[in-house]
Amino acid sequence: MRRLSFFAVGILFGIIMTKSEAVSWFRIHEMFRFESFHMYGIIGTAVALGAIIIALMKRYKMKTLRDTEVGYTPMELRTTRHLLAGSIFGLGWALMGACPGPMFVMLGQGFWIFILVILSATLGTYAYGVVKDRLPH
Amino acid sequence: MAFVTFFTQTVEWISQPWHWSISGVAIAGILFLMTWMGRSFGVSTAFRNLCTIAGAGKKHPFFDIDLKDEDWRMAFVGGAILGGFIGAHLLTSPEAVAISSSTIAHLKENFGMSYPQGHGFLPTDVFNFTNPKGIVLTIIGSFLVGFGARYGRGCTSGHAITGLSHLQLPSLLTVIGFFIGGLFMTWVIMPLIF
Repeated sequence: MRRLSFFAVGILFGIIMTKSEAVSWFRIHEMFRFESFHMYGIIGTAVALGAIIIALMKRYKMKTLRDTEVGYTPMELRTTRHLLAGSIFGLGWALMGACPGPMFVMLGQGFWIFILVILSATLGTYAYGVVKDRLPH
Repeated sequence: MAFVTFFTQTVEWISQPWHWSISGVAIAGILFLMTWMGRSFGVSTAFRNLCTIAGAGKKHPFFDIDLKDEDWRMAFVGGAILGGFIGAHLLTSPEAVAISSSTIAHLKENFGMSYPQGHGFLPTDVFNFTNPKGIVLTIIGSFLVGFGARYGRGCTSGHAITGLSHLQLPSLLTVIGFFIGGLFMTWVIMPLIF
């Protein structure tokens, strides 16, 4: 039941990411070239509304279905790590025109090259696990 | 018959290209659902789970995790694949993604890339299994996404959507990083390699 409900939310997510065109390589390229408001409008609306939703959930101490409080385990502030890691991610995001969520959605759309994308992203994650103790955190 | 007509019209209505504000509200809706269901919305940890499934936990403690608590994320990712199929094939837009004319001109002049290709979701003449250059770029680009996401402990969903909605400074810095890397790739590296 629990898995099924997350599967259902995943389906919604896949449809929304497709219809919003946020999974389009061309939309990401256009965004990084500042030639359209489309992606900024999507992210801006999602975050503005998201912040209100989260604030209200916390304000009224809404319990989750797992009977926990709504919260976020804060990350330790490490400016170098955030900027460096984010930049590495950004290089790949702009080249592939897809971040992790869209990678799975694009596979579902029928772009088989995304099998290689997901494999390679998994390999990148593995590489991080191997060298992580030698990186600035 | 009235139901069939209603259903057809609804599908047609949803199939139109969505305004950005509708999409933004819908994504906030996903954030709400995930939060309400007691989970922090984030996709990239799925790659770590794939490493664990492949047996990486035996070699590196970083991947030695109990996947029982991660079944929800894998179910979500599986749903996203099916949702992509539904969105692209059952709710197909009548026209290709309407990117700006200046982007189209830039792609043609600087990258020799025609637009639209298919429905405007992927430059398939670059990214396909018969183009060696596309395969190399795919491997490098995706590797960087997987590496950077784990190093930064999150991707666009975990930081840009969830983290920013929780007003987290580390997430804001990570998103700034996304743009530093993304702008450098778009403006400096891509004109050299495309």
